[in-house]
Amino acid sequence: MIEISDVGKRFVLHNQGGVVLPVMAGASLHVGRGECVALTGASGAGKSTLMRMIWGNYRCDEGSIRVAGLELCGAQARDVLALRRGTLGYVSQFLRVIPRVPALQIVAEPLLAQGIEEDAALMRARDLLARLNIPQRLWSISPTTFSGGEQQRVNIARGFIQDWPVMLLDEPTASLDAANRAVVLDLILEAKARGAAILGIFHDTGARDAVCDREVDMGAFLPGRAAA
Amino acid sequence: MTPLLQVEGVSKHYGAHLGCGDVTFTLWPGEVMGIVGESGSGKSTLLNCMAGHLAPDAGRVVFDTRMHGPRDTVTMTEAERRWLARTDWAFVHQNPRDGLRMNVSAGGNVGERLMAVGARHYGDIRAQAQDWLGRVEIDAGRMDERPRAFSGGMQQRLQIARNLVTGPRLVFMDEPTGGLDVSVQARLLDLLRGLVRKLGLSAVIVTHDLAVVRLLADRVMVMKDGRVVEQGLTDQVLDDPQHAYTQLLVSSVLQV
Ligand SMILES: Nc1ncnc2c1ncn2[C@@H]1O[C@H](COP(=O)(O)OP(=O)(O)OP(=O)(O)O)[C@@H](O)[C@H]1O
Ligand SMILES: Nc1ncnc2c1ncn2[C@@H]1O[C@H](COP(=O)(O)OP(=O)(O)OP(=O)(O)O)[C@@H](O)[C@H]1O
Ligand SMILES: [Mg+2]
Ligand SMILES: [Mg+2]
Repeated sequence: MIEISDVGKRFVLHNQGGVVLPVMAGASLHVGRGECVALTGASGAGKSTLMRMIWGNYRCDEGSIRVAGLELCGAQARDVLALRRGTLGYVSQFLRVIPRVPALQIVAEPLLAQGIEEDAALMRARDLLARLNIPQRLWSISPTTFSGGEQQRVNIARGFIQDWPVMLLDEPTASLDAANRAVVLDLILEAKARGAAILGIFHDTGARDAVCDREVDMGAFLPGRAAA
Repeated sequence: MTPLLQVEGVSKHYGAHLGCGDVTFTLWPGEVMGIVGESGSGKSTLLNCMAGHLAPDAGRVVFDTRMHGPRDTVTMTEAERRWLARTDWAFVHQNPRDGLRMNVSAGGNVGERLMAVGARHYGDIRAQAQDWLGRVEIDAGRMDERPRAFSGGMQQRLQIARNLVTGPRLVFMDEPTGGLDVSVQARLLDLLRGLVRKLGLSAVIVTHDLAVVRLLADRVMVMKDGRVVEQGLTDQVLDDPQHAYTQLLVSSVLQV
């Protein structure tokens, strides 16, 4: 479901003397249905960068990234939006809070964007918030004032509200206590069981071992390494 | 699917001075496009060319009309353009005074748009006006007051109700949150965001505020000196800007 071959990435900082920062070269991997693959490597190895390229958040300048058949390198904005609506889910490392929008609504949004009935979407959102132990008194307020762990759980609820065929998870268990961590690992295992292809970043090796089938070391795709 | 709006090679000069030059893009149904850039970069010029307020010197603006399919609005008659402006299009001005009739009641401001497209039944018009005032969070008890008595944020919400009551398919907005306090802006943005999603509207929003495009726009176009320097998915353009000017724009604001 995710097919990546020979992907390269560099940043050009035009306003800092045009410095060119090559950060990735020759990155290749694949993730099949029902499989969970972990991206590993030291800080700065490019784990989040690759994930952002798959999400379409960073531009892919070199190589090929295919998700459920769509080539993301050079894709039209419209096709990426459609992929995000129906196929590709992403749990980012931090929740982007929107003032005035209540937690319940933030969680339900991916379903509403797909045109699912509001009642059904909100019911599923309540189930997930409850499962992730977010106290009911917080559901109707904006997560602006939530703790880091609470925000992260809202983010996870949002990420798991839809049965995405392909999922990207950036540190889904960071800043969670043991009980909530276990809930998240269960959600991941359930998604795998229904056939989702998952690519994740887990600093927590216990979590990684519990849910991942394989590891891909991003350190192998650092630009110097590939040339040598 | 047919694009809702296709802008092809649109240019507008003011004498020798370039307003906007050779702008091309396609807007699909349900998409929200943001236009950002510094003051004087040609954002309003471009928007006004698209909305039929200004005649471009060159280029086509093809809109998928309800009745006759894709038509070039630049070459259609003035009467046809005016009809589109009352039905399929809406235009939200930065200054609510430019989009409202200040000596007509709030209810009248909304009802008037309905009457312009042929509504005649007083009770229906009043009921629809009331429904729309509710949707933009204006208390029904204030329906008979004139907008003069309203705060800037309320006037702006009234302008939005007046514009959306006829069920337009494309909304043009020029700095819709421009003159408002930050907290009032947040409320308005939240309202716009909800309406755009619930009604499946397409919109083109001009703003110099990157937080506004981050929140509302699927795609964004960056203008400088009348030219489009970069366009694409909103989060990609903001998080991985390619052009020097976009990088400057993004780095000169605190995290958006
Ligand atoms: N928008 C950007 N502009 C410039 N450089 C960037 C940008 N995003 C990432 N980088 C650089 O790309 C490299 C890889 O960063 P990335 O965030 O992908 O690392 P990571 O493997 O996720 O690290 P960590 O484990 O610390 O999260 C780093 O050198 C980083 O500074
Ligand atoms: N009627 C006019 N006559 C002459 N020049 C004009 C006219 N309207 C705009 N201009 C010029 O065209 C350029 C683009 O103006 P425009 O209003 O489109 O900018 P803008 O991007 O909307 O700026 P702002 O963010 O300040 O509203 C500017 O240099 C402006 O001075
Ligand atoms: Mg990272
Ligand atoms: Mg302007």
